[in-house]
Amino acid sequence: MSVMTNIKRKLFSEQATPYVLLLPAVIMILIVVLFPLIFSLYTSFTGYKLTRPDTLFKLVGFRNYVRIFGDWDFWVAFFRTVGFLAVVINLEFLLGLGIALLINKITWGQRTMRTIMMFPMMFSPILVGFQFKFIFNDNVGILNNALQGLGITEAAIPWLVDGWLAMGAIAFAEIWMSTSIFAILLLAGLFAMPKDPLEAAQVDGCNAWQTFRHITLPFLMPFAYIAMTIRSLDVARAYDVVDTMTGGGPAGRTELLWTLIARTGYDSANMGMANAMAYVSIILSIAFTYYFFSKLVAARRYMGGAL
Amino acid sequence: MTEVSLSQVVKRYGQLEVVHAIDLEIRHSEFVVLVGPSGCGKSTTLRMIAGLEEISGGTIKIGDKVVNKLAPRDRNISMVFQNYALYPHMTVRDNLGFGLKIAKHPESEIQNRVEEAAEILGLGMLMDRLPAALSGGQRQRVAMGRAIVRNPDVFLFDEPLSNLDAKLRVQMRTEIKKLHKRVNNTIVYVTHDQVEAMTLADRIVIMRDGHIEQVGTPLEVFDHPVNTFVASFIGSPPMNQLEGKVVDGGKSGLQITLADNILIPVPKRSKNRVSVGQDITVGIRPDDLTPVGHGMKEDGETVSFDLTVSISEPLGTETILFSSIGAKEVQGKMLNPRPIELDERLTFNLAMDRVHLFDAASGQNVLGDANG
Repeated sequence: MSVMTNIKRKLFSEQATPYVLLLPAVIMILIVVLFPLIFSLYTSFTGYKLTRPDTLFKLVGFRNYVRIFGDWDFWVAFFRTVGFLAVVINLEFLLGLGIALLINKITWGQRTMRTIMMFPMMFSPILVGFQFKFIFNDNVGILNNALQGLGITEAAIPWLVDGWLAMGAIAFAEIWMSTSIFAILLLAGLFAMPKDPLEAAQVDGCNAWQTFRHITLPFLMPFAYIAMTIRSLDVARAYDVVDTMTGGGPAGRTELLWTLIARTGYDSANMGMANAMAYVSIILSIAFTYYFFSKLVAARRYMGGAL
Repeated sequence: MTEVSLSQVVKRYGQLEVVHAIDLEIRHSEFVVLVGPSGCGKSTTLRMIAGLEEISGGTIKIGDKVVNKLAPRDRNISMVFQNYALYPHMTVRDNLGFGLKIAKHPESEIQNRVEEAAEILGLGMLMDRLPAALSGGQRQRVAMGRAIVRNPDVFLFDEPLSNLDAKLRVQMRTEIKKLHKRVNNTIVYVTHDQVEAMTLADRIVIMRDGHIEQVGTPLEVFDHPVNTFVASFIGSPPMNQLEGKVVDGGKSGLQITLADNILIPVPKRSKNRVSVGQDITVGIRPDDLTPVGHGMKEDGETVSFDLTVSISEPLGTETILFSSIGAKEVQGKMLNPRPIELDERLTFNLAMDRVHLFDAASGQNVLGDANG
């Protein structure tokens, strides 16, 4: 009796309330995130094939890891992902910066522009993939139709068939979809920027470019690092757009880590191997996040905690 | 030699004219303070000299050069801003050296000049800190250091002390004055604080509503305010202003009647400038309204009358006495103070040779010229 009341009192005490209220969420996260994470880590050390459930208990040690590290296709996909990420994020940053600077200059319709800018982010990546697949299709795509109709090119350009062009087309789709993340965050940075240092720089002898280079840009970089952290996570796990546009083809020339992982895990049913790849890819993502975050933390020092 | 000269300078924002054709000559190595209430156009004027605001009309010359169309960086000026405007991502050292770096001075020279400025302003210990890690006074010092490093023709100060606490403000005021003595450049300084203006300036420019009301040395504007605005703006506590009327006192000559049947003679120097029946605003500085036995040297012509002291504010060396004449509150000063009873009635001496007379309708000093 007294034990029950004791438990009751503890459960309903003021200190306990937040923990009790958080408990369902914690349990859900454990079920849908932590357990699968541990489970997949475990399977990466087994020869688990989806078609043969008994292999789930066949421990193979580091064999999966040894195999993928010796696998040329894996490294190609790995470095293609890194390269793709570098190109996409840099282009998005430059375009987003340009857009933010222009929108910051206009005085009429600023809010409307901000809203319009977010439209691409509202589409599902699958739909964006299909949309660009249609645009870049070499036979019926509107891009080739337009180019030929205007007499700019004679023959159809094989946008999604040539390896380099296909990679470019996918990059274009990614950039179209997500440049606004950079634009919106950098615009927020521009709005928050104090005017005085800009004027001080003018008096100190800076022309417009020098003011931008030495004052505006350093102020905006923390905002850019936030966008880069978000986008590096996004792009490192790019799957939907690639899968709908090219499916990793032609002949694996647009294969990125996650299309390769999906192919290995589901098409070839090598779930153990796929999970090993997935863990390598997670380490890649962590590395990028860590890099941008340390940049952000360094930049926050001079922002005086304003971010 | 760097004079700054403004002639017929106008600033308009669309239809709204905020600075109305002002003329101002600032001499070489002169410390000029623009002062006035907020919205009087003083900061706008300074920013036009800096080139941060476009000039809508007239000409501004720095030295012999018309600078109307020149960018700020081509004017060889430096400016200290109200909010310091330090570059947040640069250390104190880089903040100081930034202008020189942009001007592509050699590294060794930048270092020497930065060290020198740091020495003058006592920034030695702070050179590698970021602005976020500095106190308000230190930031102010860095902002001033950044201005002097470039050794410009003209320094512009835009209310540089208004974000500091009272004690630090007084201290920095002295430092600015010392700095001017040392570098001896032309300085244009904007403030809304008349004490700052009085203490710092070689000449004060008092502005109101986009017009220049009076230009003069601190003592000139204090002793000879051209109108009631200048009179009330300069001096603390402010000048008492009482409504009166000129009457013919027969044998005693022209007199002015105030409320409560107080009658004062028109001072000799103003005799020919007022006429019977004219409405007059009488300006009396609290320093010139003192209880008998508690004033300054009491030579010259005085008028005495009794007033009831409602509030007294002892300040140590003097006590401010609040009383009223008619419905108007007046302040007087008691030197060598003694304790004052509640509602004590005292006889006050009014020093007539320092009384100011203004035409009530126009607000202009009846003596007309500022240096009368």
